[in-house]
Amino acid sequence: MSNFWIAVIGSSALAFAIKYIGASVPETFLSNPRILRINTLIPVALLTALVAVNTFADETKLVLDNRALGMAAAVVLLIAKAPFPVVVLGAAITSALAYRYI
Amino acid sequence: MSVKRDSFSVSITVGAYGSAFGAAAVAADFSVLQACLLSLLLFSGASQFAVVGVIAAGGTPLNAIATSTLLGTRNGLYGLRLAPLLKLRGWKRVVAAQITIDESIGVALAQKDEDQMRKGFWYTGFGVFVFWNLFTLAGALGAQAIGNPSAWGLDAAVPAAFLGLLWPRLSDRKSWVLSGFAILLALTLTPIVPAGIPIISCTALAIIIGWRK
Repeated sequence: MSNFWIAVIGSSALAFAIKYIGASVPETFLSNPRILRINTLIPVALLTALVAVNTFADETKLVLDNRALGMAAAVVLLIAKAPFPVVVLGAAITSALAYRYI
Repeated sequence: MSVKRDSFSVSITVGAYGSAFGAAAVAADFSVLQACLLSLLLFSGASQFAVVGVIAAGGTPLNAIATSTLLGTRNGLYGLRLAPLLKLRGWKRVVAAQITIDESIGVALAQKDEDQMRKGFWYTGFGVFVFWNLFTLAGALGAQAIGNPSAWGLDAAVPAAFLGLLWPRLSDRKSWVLSGFAILLALTLTPIVPAGIPIISCTALAIIIGWRK
């Protein structure tokens, strides 16, 4: 089985397991404020890391390329309160132009 | 009426974003079928992008699964919050679990009474599911048709998508501080450890910063 299939099936199975367990355990469980706090911070940490690595890393090398310009455009669009699809499209177009002309 | 309108507008806007996922997945060398299965079976935006993002960054499948699962833990907490409201058993609980995501809980919790909350959950859950999957297929087929992902900026669409998901979560000083440290840690580790590890390592920062009030 290829790495892609392992990732697809494994992540899907665990995602459902989490959703189903959440719907089935008693409410008092996991209501510890510390766990709740950490739970809201985990996405912030992981999403930030994913942004950083997918922008500046090429395997295990740090690089500055067309993607960085695309991300700069995304930041500007987010500050300007542009909707989601516009942000992604703006980043893609900027990056594509940079890839072509720089 | 307004719960239907809310549900529909959320479903179509968020669903359209599925095209970015489909395109990103194919750009990272997933097949169209695999992209569609992720949307059908995993069905949680940030976790799906994480699977693709970690693999695209050269991480192992185990690493992709772990990162994606950590991002999905909040869905379990949503389920916990919803269970007393929905009071479901058997296959209905299975269906409800699958559509327990940011959007369905968001619309549900924005309603005034319990009946409207239940409607908001089901309408939005099903609505996003339908549109998200249709747009994933469209995005995946589109990306497959155009070839070189860099030439079309798809390599920047992935981090931009993460940034779009991250942005609304940067709501207080604590999350900004955490975000700053996460950039530093992830980039410092990148040349030192195997790909994928720098991302999941940042979980430690969330635990350290979330530990104290």
